[in-house]
Amino acid sequence: MNRWPRLPIPSPSEAARPWHEARPIMKHWAIWLPLAVFGVLFALFATGLIAPGDRTIVSQMIGKPLPAFDLPQAVPDRPAVTRANFTDGKPKLLNVFASWCVPCVAEAPYLQQLADVGVEINGVAIRDRGPDVQAFLARNGNPYARIGSDDVSKIQFDLGSSGVPETFVIDGKGMITYQHIGDIRAEHVPVILEKLKEAQ
Amino acid sequence: MIAEFALALLWLAAALALLQLGLGSYALTVRGAQFLPAVRPVAVAQGVLVAVSFALLIVLFVRSDLSVKLVAANSHSLKPLIYKISGTWGNHEGSMLLWITVMGLAGGLIALLERRLNDRTLIATLAGQAFVSLGFYAFLLFASNPFERLNPAPAEGNGLNPLLQDPGLAFHPPTLYIGYVGLSIAFSFAIGAMVTRDVGPTFARAMRPWVLGAWIFLTLGIVAGSWWAYYTLGWGGWWFWDPVENASLMPWLAATALLHSVSVLATRGALKAWTVMLAVVAFSMSMVGTFLVRSGILTSVHAFAVDPERGSFILALLAIYIGGALALFGLRASTVTEGSRFHLFSREGALVMNNVLLVGILGIVLMGTLYPLVTEAFGTKVSVGPPYFNPVSAIFVFPMLVIMAVGPLMRWRQDNGKKLINLMAAPALALAVALALVVLFAGDIAILPLLGLIFAAGLAVASILPLWKRNLRRTPAHIYGMVLAHLGIAVALAGMAAESAFNTEKLVASEIGQTHTVGPWSIELQGIDPIAGPNWTALEARLVTRYGDSATQTVMNPQSRMFSSPPTATSHAALLTRWNGQLYVVLGEEGDDGRWQLRLWWKPFVPLIWYGGLLIGLGGILALVGRTARDLRRKDQPEYEPVAAPADPKPVGGREALA
Amino acid sequence: MRGFLLLLVALLAQPVAAQDSLPPAPYAYKQLDDPAKEKSAQDLMMTLRCLTCQSQSIADSDAAMAGDMRHQVRSRIEAGEDPEAIRSWLIERYGDWVSYQPQVTAMTWPLFAAPVILLLFAAFIVRKRFGRAKPTGEKS
Repeated sequence: MNRWPRLPIPSPSEAARPWHEARPIMKHWAIWLPLAVFGVLFALFATGLIAPGDRTIVSQMIGKPLPAFDLPQAVPDRPAVTRANFTDGKPKLLNVFASWCVPCVAEAPYLQQLADVGVEINGVAIRDRGPDVQAFLARNGNPYARIGSDDVSKIQFDLGSSGVPETFVIDGKGMITYQHIGDIRAEHVPVILEKLKEAQ
Repeated sequence: MIAEFALALLWLAAALALLQLGLGSYALTVRGAQFLPAVRPVAVAQGVLVAVSFALLIVLFVRSDLSVKLVAANSHSLKPLIYKISGTWGNHEGSMLLWITVMGLAGGLIALLERRLNDRTLIATLAGQAFVSLGFYAFLLFASNPFERLNPAPAEGNGLNPLLQDPGLAFHPPTLYIGYVGLSIAFSFAIGAMVTRDVGPTFARAMRPWVLGAWIFLTLGIVAGSWWAYYTLGWGGWWFWDPVENASLMPWLAATALLHSVSVLATRGALKAWTVMLAVVAFSMSMVGTFLVRSGILTSVHAFAVDPERGSFILALLAIYIGGALALFGLRASTVTEGSRFHLFSREGALVMNNVLLVGILGIVLMGTLYPLVTEAFGTKVSVGPPYFNPVSAIFVFPMLVIMAVGPLMRWRQDNGKKLINLMAAPALALAVALALVVLFAGDIAILPLLGLIFAAGLAVASILPLWKRNLRRTPAHIYGMVLAHLGIAVALAGMAAESAFNTEKLVASEIGQTHTVGPWSIELQGIDPIAGPNWTALEARLVTRYGDSATQTVMNPQSRMFSSPPTATSHAALLTRWNGQLYVVLGEEGDDGRWQLRLWWKPFVPLIWYGGLLIGLGGILALVGRTARDLRRKDQPEYEPVAAPADPKPVGGREALA
Repeated sequence: MRGFLLLLVALLAQPVAAQDSLPPAPYAYKQLDDPAKEKSAQDLMMTLRCLTCQSQSIADSDAAMAGDMRHQVRSRIEAGEDPEAIRSWLIERYGDWVSYQPQVTAMTWPLFAAPVILLLFAAFIVRKRFGRAKPTGEKS
């Protein structure tokens, strides 16, 4: 074996002592600090992996009154929507949708199902053109009692909504009581009916 | 057959890594000492095998062998050759193979070249390197085999993400990557030294070129990445404090601290535990970065090959290697402040301060990046962005700039304050002049950019002072390296501050033939033309630009491109660089009224950010070349530990021995 | 170009999302006439998070909703509203997540304690290193 000679160190200074034996009696607690920090990081990462955070942005407006809004009519055969439509004592749905939104097509039959059992659904078409909305309704059915048109997504900022489609349950006094994010599927229909009942 | 052969080589390399670990560990025992010389060849062979395997993957990509799943998923026969090659590492499996290749090659190179280090420590280092490699071999072979076949082979590949089809991005990831993985060498050195309890100046000198090498790659990788973000993302931003960007910054901060503490260890034989710990931390940050980027636990625009399952694998590796190394550290290190105490006015004093502040910045970046994850575990969502990172890191950055200015002027051991104060007159003057200029001409700017500009001026002057009154021909290359790197920091800082202080932005909806002004420029939109590239079509604007009253006109052509495979649209900004700044133009969409959206920016002095970055990298290269040349000249004489320097510290402790 | 949205789409390997055909909101790509107001709008937009992107400010995003948010910010600032009031208006609807500038709350105070703790840690290391025991190094 070709080991390099270890040369004697000229001065018997403290630095020349082996680093691990400089003070053999008691270790300083700070030596374990890096491991402790790593332990915390590991726990954090493991939590992040096991229970990945929900990427949806939930509205903070639930339980708060629906802000005032007044939107123009989207299609000729349905009246416009304003906040006043939500304060007649009857719980309703407020659905934001758009003709350019693919999941909106998927949820159309379930909205119709809700409308068929007597739920009043007010829709707002986001960033949409009248004829496009009309064509969309002709193709996928029209479950809406009223449809407003919002070209600048203002209603979404009012509701704390971050995409289309989203559906809000509004009680009879104009309070937002529930938010459904994404398209409504078969399994969501009973949940929404339940929430409407709770909002009575 | 190439794929099967390459896979076989990979298995063989993994077996050699196992042998390297086993043989190395046995050789360290009392009975196994006769095996010490056998470990080096194994390490070299392992490096060669894995490199050949990686080269074969490149061959598969170049030949567009679509029967290989990875090639089919990431390549396309019509792609330009350069992007076929860069497609090799533009995906998870390929990049993991690159990772292991860099590790293998680095281990092989150490085995071939390193002659100063005590043999036992070297063998322990190689065993450590093999130990770390094994985890990644397992990851590659069991969970992400790059050579998997696809049967039947598809007629055409899926193509590469168009945003990655860019010369900048073809080379930015591997550069950064080599830096990341290069830090594994520092880590293995630290493991080796902890195992043999041999941490001293020789160890520091052996480790230094490897740390420097990895650091150069990291620096250049980050510079290239921020340049890429600047000109491809089309909004003129160059740093977003995005989790993925932070993931590349953290290893750099740790490596920078390590680089400086290594020179204290090499020169003064002190900061042993601290240096070993930084070596572990630097590679930990590489692995944490890799984990964050690939596990998808944080949202980022740059999220790459996200897969929670791979995340678990990397997390397991993290626990084994980093947890293990830190536990070993706890067992082996016995005190925080081994060695003698330092004088406040001394080179090593400044280096300690620099280290502490760098670790402070690292702590802030780590905290800010991970904090959203912490609150999410408690059910709250928060975002941490520039309004947090900029001011909070500034608390540490500005004191560090002062130390950077004075530190290199100090002598080792002890210096006198009066001399320093005299020397600092010039930088102080520069700072004052910059302040006066900014106040006179720039008007109302925010406090951080203001501080940035004036500190940059002071630091620029101070960084050159170490050359003052020196014989420039006899000054060693690594001194020039340090001067350049520090100057680079000043230059980049000036660019960053100017970017946030002096930007002018203009958004217009333009008709053809209309002229707009932004800053000193006037810009006329002459027309929009359709053009075709190799695998894309585009709309290209013809913009005629003129600076002030100058007679010269320059045509700029921003594009919006449509790629066919996969179908994606990207915007391609056009940049015009002058000595005093950059004009940045982006073509947007056509409106209903036939007007075209144009985004125009005049960004005074912004290229300084990247010029500064390149200077930093160049400084690193000079230092590496200088040090290596010096080491080669002294090849056969093991160095004394320069503990007992004469009372007059000129020969050893003077400027000659600096970082 | 919808660069950012498409960047996301591309990186996350999702199919190209359907997009509306409506022109962007008036102030999505139009600056305010008053440079001072535009500056404060720009400063605010840089610190608000795009709702439909992965990790971008609304100032850096081509997503339609980011454009609509810029429209809200610019028109409210044009109407004389205070930038911080606009921030609170959005936080009230979307939670702290929407602002890149963390507010000091029961949940976030450690973020602001971190620099102090790190400075204390620095002081600890420095005190150990530069303590008065042997200020002149190992000449003794």
